[in-house]
Amino acid sequence: MLYREAGQYKTSYAADMAVFPILQDQIGIAVILFIGFVVVPLIGSEFLLNSVLIPFLIFALAAIGLNLLTGYTGLLSLGTGGFMGVGAYACLKLTTFFPQVNIVVWILASGFFSAAVGVLFGLPSLRIKGFYLAVATLAAQFFLEWCFIRIPWLYNSSVSGAIEVPLRTIAGIPVTGPTATSLTRYLVVLAIVVVMTWVASNLVHGRIGRMWMAVRDMDLAAELIGIRLLRTKLLAFAVSSFYCGVAGAMMVFLWYGGAEADVFAIDQSFIILFMVIIGGLGTLIGSFFGAALIYILPIALRAVPTAFGLPIRPAAAEQLTFVIVGALIIVFLVVEPAGLARLWQIGKQKLRVWPFPY
Amino acid sequence: MRAPSSREAALGEVVLAVEDVLLTFGGVRALAGVSFDIRKGEIRAIIGPNGAGKTSMLNVVNGFYQPDSGRITFKGEVRRSMRPYMAAHGGIARTFQNLALFRGMTTLDNILAGRTLKMHRGFFWQLLRYGPAMREEVENRRRVEEIIDFLEIAAIRKIPVGRLPYGLQKRVELGRALAMEPDLLLLDEPMAGMNLEEKEDMSRFIIDVNQQYGTTIALIEHDMGVVMDLSDRVVVLDYGRKIADAAPEDVKRDKNVIRAYLGEAYVGQD
Amino acid sequence: MDILYKIFVDPFVQMGTSPDLLVQTLWDGLVAGVLYALIALGFVLIFKASGVFNFAQGIMVVFAALTLVGLHEHGVPAFVALALTVGVMFILAFGVERLMLRPLVNQSDIILFMATFGLTYFLIGLGQLVFGGNPKVMITSDLYLPSGAIEFKRFGGYVSLQKIDIAAVIIASVMVAVLAVFFQRTRIGRALRAVADSHQAALSVGISLEQIWVIVWFAAGVVALATGIMWGARSEVSFSLQIIALKALPVLILGGLTSIPGAIVGGLIIGIGEKLGEFYWGPLLGGGIETWLAYVIALGFLVFRPQGLFGEKIIERI
Repeated sequence: MLYREAGQYKTSYAADMAVFPILQDQIGIAVILFIGFVVVPLIGSEFLLNSVLIPFLIFALAAIGLNLLTGYTGLLSLGTGGFMGVGAYACLKLTTFFPQVNIVVWILASGFFSAAVGVLFGLPSLRIKGFYLAVATLAAQFFLEWCFIRIPWLYNSSVSGAIEVPLRTIAGIPVTGPTATSLTRYLVVLAIVVVMTWVASNLVHGRIGRMWMAVRDMDLAAELIGIRLLRTKLLAFAVSSFYCGVAGAMMVFLWYGGAEADVFAIDQSFIILFMVIIGGLGTLIGSFFGAALIYILPIALRAVPTAFGLPIRPAAAEQLTFVIVGALIIVFLVVEPAGLARLWQIGKQKLRVWPFPY
Repeated sequence: MRAPSSREAALGEVVLAVEDVLLTFGGVRALAGVSFDIRKGEIRAIIGPNGAGKTSMLNVVNGFYQPDSGRITFKGEVRRSMRPYMAAHGGIARTFQNLALFRGMTTLDNILAGRTLKMHRGFFWQLLRYGPAMREEVENRRRVEEIIDFLEIAAIRKIPVGRLPYGLQKRVELGRALAMEPDLLLLDEPMAGMNLEEKEDMSRFIIDVNQQYGTTIALIEHDMGVVMDLSDRVVVLDYGRKIADAAPEDVKRDKNVIRAYLGEAYVGQD
Repeated sequence: MDILYKIFVDPFVQMGTSPDLLVQTLWDGLVAGVLYALIALGFVLIFKASGVFNFAQGIMVVFAALTLVGLHEHGVPAFVALALTVGVMFILAFGVERLMLRPLVNQSDIILFMATFGLTYFLIGLGQLVFGGNPKVMITSDLYLPSGAIEFKRFGGYVSLQKIDIAAVIIASVMVAVLAVFFQRTRIGRALRAVADSHQAALSVGISLEQIWVIVWFAAGVVALATGIMWGARSEVSFSLQIIALKALPVLILGGLTSIPGAIVGGLIIGIGEKLGEFYWGPLLGGGIETWLAYVIALGFLVFRPQGLFGEKIIERI
C-alpha cells in the first residue's frame, strides 16, 4: 500500500522509460541525496565520515565499475585492483607534473589512463571467453602489481616505495593532504560518486546497456542482430576501468592520504568481486548494497563484541570476517543468486501489496 | 488462397542466391553443393527430413558458418562467405530453432535490442541520456510498440522473457527480428512446439509481415500443411543435397521427395 | 642494437658458457612444474567429474598441510596425524557436497565458480582462526621424507639436487599414474567421466551424483594434502601458498581443464618456462617477473588456441 503505483499513469513513452518512474522512488532518491549532502555534514562524526562513508562510497564506485563489466556484460574480471591502481598512480603523476590544476580534474582524468589499460588487457576477449578471460585479467593484475613496485618513477621514487599525497586545494580549502578535513573530502567524494552513478545509470538504461546485456546473455545472437562484439566488449572494459581508476585515485587521494603498492593487490580484486556478487550482478543499487555489507561487516564485527563487553583481537575479527563473508557468499548464491538487489526488489514488491500478503 | 498467377507476377528479382555451397564438419557433409534462389517478396519454404542441412543452410546465409566452397549472392553482391555483422547490416534477420532470446531482459528490451542498428546517437549523448539520446529512445520505442501491437504481445512487454511460455517467446523472437526492418527474414521452425491455435496465429503473422511490409521470407518448417498454405516455392533438402525445387503442389507429388520422406514403398501411390 | 643483443643472444650465450647453471635452472623448473602440476591435477579432478572449477583448491592445499602440522604440534604422532588429516579432508569433501554442491546443483557454472570463491575465504578464515596465521614448518623427518641434497660435479660446475625434490617428483608421478588408471579402468572412474559430461544423463542411468562428488572432492583433498606436504617441505607452510596456487591457472589453460596429461605437460612447461625466463631474461627487466610471466605465457597460448593444448574444442551450436 505504501508503495502502490496505482493511479500513476504514464502518458508518454518518455515518462514510462524514466529511471525512477514511480513517485515513491523519486521521493526516496531526493531524501537520500538530502541526507547525504545536508544532514550528514551537519551531524556526522569524524569516525562516520572518515572510516565508514568515504570508503563505502569509494568501494561502491569501484563495484559499479566491476558490475558494468561482469554483471552487465558478463565478462569476469579479476584485474580490478590493478585498474584501480593505474588510476591512483596516474593521478599522482598528473598532479606532480601540473600541480596547479584542480585535483578533481586530475582524479577524473586518471580514469582515462585506467580505461586505456583496461582496453589493452580486454583485447583478448575477442577470442577468449568466460573463465579463461578471468585468467587473462589475472595476467593484467599481476603485471600491474609488478609495475607498481618495480617502476620507481610511478611513485615519484619515494624512498618508502609508497605514494605520498601532496597538499592540494580548491578555492583555498585543502582537499587532499594531511590538512584536508574529512568533511571536505567526504563532500568531494560524494559529489563525484553521485555524478558518476548518474552517468552509469544513463548508460545502462539506454542503447549501450542493452548491447552489453545482449552480449552477456547470448553473444552469438547479439552478433546476428548487428552488435559488434569486440567494440562492445572493449567499451565495457574501457568504461569499467575508468570507474575503477577514479575509485582508485579517490582511495589514495581522498581517503588514505597515501598508499603502498599492496593496496592494489589481488585481494582488492577479490573484495570488489564479492561486493558485486553479494550485492547483485547486473544492478547499480546492488553495488551499493554489496559495498555496504562487505565493508561494514568487519567494522560491525569489531564493534559488537566490545559493545557486549567481550574483547576480540583485531586479527580474530579479521579472520572471523573471512569466515563469515565466505559463508555468506555461498548462502547468497544458494538462496538468492541475484544478490541483495533482488531481495530489495522483493521487499518493494511486498510493500506494494502490504498489508495484503500477495 | 491467393491466385497463383497474379502473385507470381508480383514477385520480383532474385534477392538471395546460393550456388554450390559445400559445408563440412570434420567428416560430415552438412551441405553437399546446394544451389537455389529466393525472389523478392516471396515466401520460400525449405523442407527436408531431420539432418538434411536446413538449419546449416540458414546459418551459412546468416554468416554464422563459413562454407568450404560456393558463392552467396545477396542484393547483387557476390561473396565467398558472409559474416554475421554483414548479414545484419545487409538487412537479414533471423529466428532460431531453439530460441536465442536475451533471457535477462524484458520483452520490450529484447525487441528494442533489435533496433540497435537503427540507433545512432553516439556515446557522449548516451552518457547524458536526456536530450538527443532520449528522443531517439522514444522514437524507437514508438516503432517497437507498433510491432508489439502487431504481434499482440502488449500484455507481456515488461516481463523478463525467461518467464514466458514457449509460444510467446517465439513471438517475441519474431518481434526482435521484425524490429530490424529486414529485407530478408529467415525463420527456423517458427511453428515448432505450437498447438493448432498458436500455429494459426503465427501463420497469420507471417503472411501479414510478407504482405504489409513486403518482407521476403525464407522458412524452415516441418508442418506440411503450413508449408503448402504459406509458401510460394519450396526447396527440398536431403542429406545435404537439393532434391526438389518447385511450387508446393509439384513438390508434394515429386517422386524423390516422397522417397526421402516416406520411403520407396510409397513412391507411385497417390 | 644493444637491446636486441641482450634479449636474443646474450641469454643463450650464458646458457652455453655455464651449462651447470642451465641444468640447475632446468631442474628447479622441473620441480616447480611438478608441484604446479599437482595443484592443477586437483582442479582437473574436480572439474572433470563435477564441472565445477574449484577455486578453493589452493587453500585446500594449505589447509591440509596446516591440519597435519597442527595436529603434530599438539603431540599426535606423525603417521597418525597423517591418517587424521586424510579423515579431515574426507569430512571437508562431505561438507562441501552437502552444503554447497547439492543446493546449487542446477545453477550455472559461473555461480558454482563463485561459490568456490566463498569456500576459499571461508577456509582461509577458518584455517587462521584454528591454527593461527604464522608460517609453520613441515614435519619432513617424521614422515620419513629425505632431506639434504645430492651434488654432482658435472657440466663444468656444480649441480645440486635436493633429495626432497627428487622424492616430490617420484611421488607426484606415482600419484598421476594411479589417478590416470583409476579414471580409465575402473567403474567409478567411468562414472566420474559420465558425470562430467552430463549430470542429468548420469542420473538417468542410476549414478549417484552425491556419492561421486564426495569421492572426487575427497580425491582432490588427498592430492591437496600430498601437494601441501611437498610444497611445505621445500619452504614452509603459510597462507602465501594460496596465492602461489593461483599459478595453477595458467597450467590449466595450457593443458586444458579436463586433461590429466595436460595438467602434467602444462605444469612442466610453465615451471620450466618460468624459471628460465626469470633467470636469463628477468634481470633485463629488474627481476621478479616470475609473478606474472606464467600468466602472460598462458595468455599467449590462449589467443592462438583458446581450448589449451589438450582441451576439447568447444563447438557452439545455435
